[in-house]
Amino acid sequence: MDHDEVLNDADADALLIAALRAGEDSAFETLVRRYGGRMLSVARRLIGDDDHAQDALQDAFLSAFNALATFDGRSKISTWLHRIVVNAALMRLRSQKRHPEQSIDDLLPAFKADGHQEAPVARWKDSGESTSDRAEAQALVRQQIEKLPETYRTVLLLRDIEEHDTETVAQMLEISVAAVKVRLHRARQALRTLLDPVFGEQYS
Amino acid sequence: MTCQQLIEFLTEYIEGQLPLSQRAAFELHLALCGQCRAYLHNFRTTIEAAQNAFDDPTVATPASIPEELVQAILRARRSN
Repeated sequence: MDHDEVLNDADADALLIAALRAGEDSAFETLVRRYGGRMLSVARRLIGDDDHAQDALQDAFLSAFNALATFDGRSKISTWLHRIVVNAALMRLRSQKRHPEQSIDDLLPAFKADGHQEAPVARWKDSGESTSDRAEAQALVRQQIEKLPETYRTVLLLRDIEEHDTETVAQMLEISVAAVKVRLHRARQALRTLLDPVFGEQYS
Repeated sequence: MTCQQLIEFLTEYIEGQLPLSQRAAFELHLALCGQCRAYLHNFRTTIEAAQNAFDDPTVATPASIPEELVQAILRARRSN
């Protein structure tokens, strides 16, 4: 076995944390360069606007620098940072809360008195797309996610895209687990409605 | 079970959180209702599409961080 292997992630993390705690300037720069791009993408997904995402990332790194003592090394640096970035992005979203949010009701399925759906449902075709179609479809899906009312979009992003579990999302948003479940389900239903013209026609 | 009830519990169904008795009623309804089968299929496709929406290499490649932002963060740390 070759002992000069490249450092594994855990060892690299441990060395970096030690250097950060020792206050080495170069370690802070390494942290920002190693994780900054990925974390900026997370902030952009949640906030949408690039300038605000950059501000949130700056807030997040400053919080992370101040919280180095609390990093216990049991999780990866990327996981720890990710959570700090999500929190910073959510703080930004809360502080810039725009106009009253659009209601989600119009995007939820409507039912007749007997419990059947009002509108007939056409099954979308399974996608067997080429790579370029796939990229185009992904862009369309991102546009539709962007249209979701923010309360619901945030939960969908945190659960289905950032892949946090329900309890973690509840803590992040300071709402109950039941509220996360309701919002996630409605967000998925609303996104299905928004995607219907995309997947129901364009790709059939 | 009506279509409305089924659709209300779709997330629980997909995530395996329905009690067994309710799951059986769910599957019986699905076996008999083409509309709900179509809705379930589209709903699952929606979730997959959302999960994959940011995998686009032009969006998700270990995105780079603008140099000015790196410098701004490091400056902010020094003056903090």
